Amino acid sequence: MLELNAADKAMLAGEVGAAQADALLLVVRFARAVGARRLIDCASAHVDGCLYHGEASLDFARRFVALGGRVRVPTTLNVGSVDLIHPELFNGKPELGTAGAELMEAHVALGCLPTFTCAPYQTLFRPALGDQIAWAESNAIVFANSVIGARTNRYGDFIDLACALTGRVPDYGLHQAENRRAGVVVEVVGLADAPADAAGGIAVAVGLFIGRECGATIAAITGLPRSTTEDDLKALGAAAASSGAVAMFHAVGLTPEAPDLETATGGLSAPTIAHLGAAEIAAISASLATVADGTDLTAVALGTPHFSLAEFERLMPMCTGSRFKTDVYVNTGRHAWDILVARGWDLTLAEAGVTVVVDTCTYVTAILRDLGGAMMTSSGKWAYYAPGNLGVEVAFGTLSDCMASARAGKVVRA
Amino acid sequence: MSGARTLAPGTAEGTVIHLDEPVSFWGGFDSASGRIIDRFHPQHGACLSGKILFMASGRGSSSGASVLAEAIRLGTGPLAICLLHDDAIIATGALVAMMLYGKACPVVVIEDTTGWQDMAHKRRLRVEALDDGALLTVLET
Repeated sequence: MLELNAADKAMLAGEVGAAQADALLLVVRFARAVGARRLIDCASAHVDGCLYHGEASLDFARRFVALGGRVRVPTTLNVGSVDLIHPELFNGKPELGTAGAELMEAHVALGCLPTFTCAPYQTLFRPALGDQIAWAESNAIVFANSVIGARTNRYGDFIDLACALTGRVPDYGLHQAENRRAGVVVEVVGLADAPADAAGGIAVAVGLFIGRECGATIAAITGLPRSTTEDDLKALGAAAASSGAVAMFHAVGLTPEAPDLETATGGLSAPTIAHLGAAEIAAISASLATVADGTDLTAVALGTPHFSLAEFERLMPMCTGSRFKTDVYVNTGRHAWDILVARGWDLTLAEAGVTVVVDTCTYVTAILRDLGGAMMTSSGKWAYYAPGNLGVEVAFGTLSDCMASARAGKVVRA
Repeated sequence: MSGARTLAPGTAEGTVIHLDEPVSFWGGFDSASGRIIDRFHPQHGACLSGKILFMASGRGSSSGASVLAEAIRLGTGPLAICLLHDDAIIATGALVAMMLYGKACPVVVIEDTTGWQDMAHKRRLRVEALDDGALLTVLET
């Protein structure tokens, strides 16, 4: 049974404002639906509702703008439907572009920060260990819980903005320490010394596996390569949240709530459900592709989730020399884009034939110039969703594989 | 008659459609046509518009709340949704459609598996979902 405190009751009665009262009513009904017993303060919110899904998306934001609503906690925004920095990249129906841009601007009018990134954890607004937060966007949720140790459930459209407007979140699930323990163990075997480029592919395969096999049960992963970076863990979480309803994982020795296996499982017994060696990892990676090696490529799509500066630093040396044979797209956020421009890297990338997409992502909106033929990606998430969303064929490989293929014009391995 | 818990209030009566597997409203359902578009769903192509929808649980992306709200706005959504397990995403979509458009799509949970299956196999039902509880009445078996 949900119990509200005096401040909640006052907000519900409209004493803070009409927008807050409306938003809190939604939070309260949501809290009842998930069986929460109370609401707690959240330190930040990340809102996914700025991606246009129809008139209802816009009407919801407009309602709170009309009521004079302002978010009560620092609130970052996920990707929208258009690149507001490069609006010419949008090639969908003009009315969709207009509605998408209006939706993004309505959220800014509510006091949300115009970050428009699915990787808000790699901006200045990164939460801290133990923070209670109300985050949407499946990959951001996994990253915040797993890699940072901040605490959020899988929030999403509408409820994310309602939590931001009220600063309150239902206390259940991953907000509570006892629900953050691993229930199963996945052992990666014999790959501890894999090189940095391979570590990205291994992370994606392990992520796809835990998404398919573990669902909402938290997995503790052991034996990931020592070269695994934060960006690889980002890719792991994004893949896991694509193939299944994963909100959190532990990477033993790498993530903050898993210094060792015993801490990750809270000292309780957790069965080992799989041993993944090189052969299993290769088979999972291969299952992502809808075309064979050697197939002609139309484009390479990178940056799902948004490319970090560290990822651009790996990409830049691969962009020297002649233009790539295929189109190359890289999605990123404004935070990284500003630094690219300051370094002059935007010009280098443009000369190499690389299109940097800001504020949005190539799998959720109409950006790709040519949807015929096959696309290659290093992202498990892009490979998982693009065939359905865009109707394209996909190949999957590491960053080096992708760039070698962009140069060859067909799927090759570096 | 059978009791249930209310996630989103409202009243509806209509023909039952029972899904063998849950559908994700985002990516699996088209709000323009009201049909299931997930190619891997056993009832691919089935129309949910104007039906009392029985599915055991929710599924997939939280953007499903937007798609459900949009379908209710357009009148292509189900008339009511009867779940076996709580689903906050479905509840949110229905609550927002009520908030914005005054259009009700009651969402209820029948926690007893036998009772849920029994109702899922009736032909026509009335769903009355009030804040303090919901009632399902069989109109046609």
